[in-house]
Amino acid sequence: MNYYGIKAIYKFEMTRFFRTLFQSFVSPVIATSLYFVVFGAAIGSRIQEIDNVSYGAFIVPGLIMLTVITQSISNSSFGIFFPKFVGTIYELLSAPVSFFEIVLGYVGAAATKSLFIGLVILSTSMLFVDFKILYPGMMILFLILTCLSFALLGFILGIWAKNFEQLQLVPLLIVTPMVFLGGSFYSISMLSSFWQTVSLFNPVVYLISGFRWCFFGVADVSIATSLCAVSGFMILCLAIIAWIFKSGWQLRT
Amino acid sequence: MRDFLTIKGLSKNYANGFEALKTINLRVKETEILALLGPNGAGKTTLISTICGISKFTHGKITLAGHDIVLNYRAARKMIGMVPQELSLESFETVINTLRFSRGLFGKSPNDSYLEDLLEQLSLLDKRNSQIIELSGGMKRRVSIAKALSHEPRLLFLDEPTAGVDVELRKDMWLLVRRLRNKGVTVILTTHYIEEAEAIADRVGIIDKGQLLLVEEKGSLIQRLGQKQLIIELQAPLKDLPSILSDYDIVLGADRQSLIYTYNMRSGHSGINNILSNLTQSGIIFKDLQTKQSSLEDIFMSLVNEKVA
Ligand SMILES: Nc1ncnc2c1ncn2[C@@H]1O[C@H](COP(=O)(O)OP(=O)(O)OP(=O)(O)O)[C@@H](O)[C@H]1O
Ligand SMILES: [Mg+2]
Repeated sequence: MNYYGIKAIYKFEMTRFFRTLFQSFVSPVIATSLYFVVFGAAIGSRIQEIDNVSYGAFIVPGLIMLTVITQSISNSSFGIFFPKFVGTIYELLSAPVSFFEIVLGYVGAAATKSLFIGLVILSTSMLFVDFKILYPGMMILFLILTCLSFALLGFILGIWAKNFEQLQLVPLLIVTPMVFLGGSFYSISMLSSFWQTVSLFNPVVYLISGFRWCFFGVADVSIATSLCAVSGFMILCLAIIAWIFKSGWQLRT
Repeated sequence: MRDFLTIKGLSKNYANGFEALKTINLRVKETEILALLGPNGAGKTTLISTICGISKFTHGKITLAGHDIVLNYRAARKMIGMVPQELSLESFETVINTLRFSRGLFGKSPNDSYLEDLLEQLSLLDKRNSQIIELSGGMKRRVSIAKALSHEPRLLFLDEPTAGVDVELRKDMWLLVRRLRNKGVTVILTTHYIEEAEAIADRVGIIDKGQLLLVEEKGSLIQRLGQKQLIIELQAPLKDLPSILSDYDIVLGADRQSLIYTYNMRSGHSGINNILSNLTQSGIIFKDLQTKQSSLEDIFMSLVNEKVA
């Protein structure tokens, strides 16, 4: 293992993050606060409790997931797209690092950043609503798994993208709808049985449901199913990345 | 001395099918300075990228100090440093941080005093904490070199190190290459200029259209390149070569109405003066003079023809 190599990539990526610390935090925090004002306070007060949880508290896990997923993807896709774009990727390709080490560095850094942001949003939400976290350990584990899986997905996106438009299009067209329709703001059980079935094909449903279970002990699908789903997703992404490096796709001419 | 880098039967086709390298064979000895000389699009950058692992190859085998660069890429790549033809650096990073990154990436433990030494040698020490974007083009090129040297490589590739560089920096660069060699580093560089190859290389490889046409000691190549011909057209045809000219490398043209003198510009004096005065003394009247230099192009052509023949 080239530990110095992993550390170098990780540190380099984190420096970028710290250089723009303010931007990195301020926009997700403001966006989340707005969600709380609109959905939690203004509309939420007219919505009845779901599974004995007030609507304001109910949307907390969904909101955290929404931000963490989009942040993980954008951090990590940008992290690998940028060297490709400015040409510094040559160094990575000529270095004695394996694909796994490169992924550890980039994805690790991206996941760390979004984990930070997730925790900041959790703290922000505590200013708006009262709630208790039933299983904090599981909650953190779930959060970390989600950060990692979507950072992996972002990494694939960053390698695939040929320009900035593509880099932004996929999160916008695919990920955002998946997250919104994944039960960030409602319980799947509130849908008609047809749409409930459709929703089960959306992987994000399992994430949000599992994450919400860590908070309130209630879920749309069982926690075991959720854990399997997120782990399976992570392994799939890893397999795709392994293939990318082996074949040199989009990287080596 | 042992062979350090060996390339056997290397060929490369790009994804679009273009054959950029055609069966390259090359051996480079340790602490040698090799210049790859060739026109635009010859395949110099492709060859370097392939050795460094940036580009994949189609056939062949490359080993560095006995390590196969594919099977044993870690050991091989640790020894290689590469300065790309096109500058690409992280604009907003500081100079020292980019060096730390490069060093770490190549698996070396942190060593700021080594890196600062390196910056000192490249006259960049005062820019240590500057962002790359604040540097001039020449400074960026030096940062790029410092990055390539940050992990103490044993083989350094310089892809057109002096393109767009002023005379001063060019001289510095040559000096640096020699210093590196004295420290045991093997250097392979590409250039368009025969003068540059002449100034620093031990051996020169000529590459054109994906073929390595020859690799020769600098001296003998320069000799070939310095070859010129003087053609003296005469007023009246001659039966034989005048005996007074027999000491020179002169032949009578096929039309017997011209003399062809082959000489080398680099041998100091050409002897043209003497020949002309000898002719005048013998009463041979000439009506025109013409000189031809064998260019790199001529050498390419004659080499290609030799290969075909
Ligand atoms: N990614 C690519 N896909 C297809 N063809 C390519 C690619 N990169 C380079 N080539 C072609 O390969 C040939 C060799 O290119 P290369 O960059 O190695 O030349 P070079 O000798 O470095 O030239 P220069 O002196 O201009 O830098 C050129 O004909 C070029 O068009
Ligand atoms: Mg080139």
